[in-house]
Amino acid sequence: MLIKGTETMDSLVIAGRKFNSRLMVGTGKFSSNQAMQSAMEASGCEIVTVALRRVDINNPGDSMLQYIDRERYLLLPNTSGARDAEEAVRLARLACAAGCEPWIKLEITPDPYYLLPDPIETLKAAIILIKEGFNVLPYMPADPVLARHLEEAGCVTVMPLGAPIGTNRGMRTRDLINIIIEQANVPVVVDAGLGAPSHVAEAMEIGADAVLVNTALADTPNPALMGEAFKKGVEAGRMAYLAGLGPQRVKAQASSPLTGFLREE
Amino acid sequence: MSFFDLLQQHPAAELQQRFSQVETQDIDRALTRSKLSLDDFLCLLSPKISDSQIETLAGIAHRITSQRFGRTIQLYAPLYLSNECHNGCKYCGFSADNHDLRRKTLNDDEILREAEHLHRQGFRHILLLTGEAPEAAGVDFIEHVVRLLSNRFSSLSLEVFPMSREEYQRLVNAGVDGLTLYQETYDQVLYPDLHPYGPKSNFQFRLKGPERAGEAGLRRIGIGALLGLGDYLTDAFYTGLHARYLMKRFWRTQVTISFPRLRPAEGGFAPRSIVSDRQLTQLICALRLLAPDAGLVLSTRESAELRDNLLPLGITQMSAGSCTAPGGYEGDESDGEQFTISDHRTPAEICDILANRGYEAIWKDWDGAFTDQH
Amino acid sequence: MNMRVNGEDYQAETGLTIGQLLHRLGLQAERVVLEINTNIINAADSTDTELHDGDNLEIIQFVGGG
Repeated sequence: MLIKGTETMDSLVIAGRKFNSRLMVGTGKFSSNQAMQSAMEASGCEIVTVALRRVDINNPGDSMLQYIDRERYLLLPNTSGARDAEEAVRLARLACAAGCEPWIKLEITPDPYYLLPDPIETLKAAIILIKEGFNVLPYMPADPVLARHLEEAGCVTVMPLGAPIGTNRGMRTRDLINIIIEQANVPVVVDAGLGAPSHVAEAMEIGADAVLVNTALADTPNPALMGEAFKKGVEAGRMAYLAGLGPQRVKAQASSPLTGFLREE
Repeated sequence: MSFFDLLQQHPAAELQQRFSQVETQDIDRALTRSKLSLDDFLCLLSPKISDSQIETLAGIAHRITSQRFGRTIQLYAPLYLSNECHNGCKYCGFSADNHDLRRKTLNDDEILREAEHLHRQGFRHILLLTGEAPEAAGVDFIEHVVRLLSNRFSSLSLEVFPMSREEYQRLVNAGVDGLTLYQETYDQVLYPDLHPYGPKSNFQFRLKGPERAGEAGLRRIGIGALLGLGDYLTDAFYTGLHARYLMKRFWRTQVTISFPRLRPAEGGFAPRSIVSDRQLTQLICALRLLAPDAGLVLSTRESAELRDNLLPLGITQMSAGSCTAPGGYEGDESDGEQFTISDHRTPAEICDILANRGYEAIWKDWDGAFTDQH
Repeated sequence: MNMRVNGEDYQAETGLTIGQLLHRLGLQAERVVLEINTNIINAADSTDTELHDGDNLEIIQFVGGG
């Protein structure tokens, strides 16, 4: 919880702020606002992402904000829909004008088929928004060099994708995420493609600092139960990581002794 | 966080205690890790390592080096420009206390003659060395030499006194792409004893040198401890810690590590500990596992035989046919030398040995034209 | 006066304020963001601001997103 004083030793720290939960939840694609709310509650998350869209003035509907307790959850607006840096920057400024804290999940996906993040526009937008005082959390391809650039620019996390959005295919980019985790000095949040609790456990086991899940929680008949399952997956993975997973045996393969010379006279 | 701050997080007393706790199963476990933690690295340095564990360690180091670097060894040559020095380092032939040493700073003609000698032998990567005497061989002098030589050699590195970031920047602009700066010992208590006066007595300024170089954009930064000066185990650990810190912070820079080993009775100085061949081998292999992408450099301080045996275990750069006295390539090689070299083989001989052992000697691995600096 | 709201033509009486428009559309000022002629406006702070003929409004709200 964001309630001060309840932080544990293993709190997630982003931009100097502590969180107990390492599971972030996306609010898209839910069958109803109630379903969204029950998934959020069951997941134990403290950070939720939201998007910005034009109101349908002929049919405004319920604002989903009334289902999100701002005392309990940090609202993290994303820039989904932006196809380039300029659009993303505009969306970020709009989010700020809506009274949100200046945290933004940068999401620039010009390709409407796979919704893959544009590395060049993302870096461009990050640089602009950081100068304007935003805490930028960039959704990005699992590219270790890009991660270094984004971190250098001042992003408060990096968010490499596990697999393309909505595919539920898990940690397809595991090898590259390993490198990103090894090299990053900011928290690494695996975002997109995580479709099962085993996937998020895997991400946490290899050392990710947090994960973001949306589709898997929305696209299920029982969002509350799934929310709880993912919560446990994240916790299990993190605990195993902290405990230190057992080694997988590796054998040396030299055909003739390499250190015999140390024993010769 | 600077490296100095990081260093405070690993006090020597704690390291020593940890070393005393390491058991053989800890070493076994560390050997199975695909990514070493600092504690794994510490375990791999343990004196309790058995012969069969060292063989396993060597095998892994060999495999990693082959994968990352192939079967190649880059050759370089040191070129001493000056042996004048205001520091009183107790272990060094250039010490200001050494009044018997013939002091010399090369002039342009002499430098060009030495350089031609090396160029004829095939070298294209040169390491320029001086003592610490700004009025004789300071930043201006070094910059001048770099400009003099930069069109003859592909890569010019420096092993000189630590400089400010602006000075490093100047030299990068002049054509320097690498820097070597040994901390000698990371022991803050011992360091002042060994460096009682002169600019080098400033521990922190020297320690931060590689960081200033990184900020100035140097492509290659080399570090190392003079093995045997201080407590070997802690200096070995700190070297690994330093390498890891620099690699994480300066991600566009290649970090290299050297293993200068103090030999007994050098200039009358008695080293605190004698680092054995076995320990040196263990350190080289452990560092290869800790930092799979770091360059590991072996100079001609070590004997031919040992260098040949260490070849497959992680070494990526070697010097050859070296001379540690200014003007010594064309003149008297023992007149005014910093230390006595052990491997006297010519570069051509070393190339043959490398080829026989299945390694390709790389003379040139860089070109200034890539950065269009000069 | 003629305005455009979210890409559609919209007619309203002169002197209409932002607050009145939002109320008419059934929207709460705290829950939307406004862009008027490409300037971002904090709706909750601007409920008394009058709209003008030819204004181009974008009314944006938070929706579910990943």
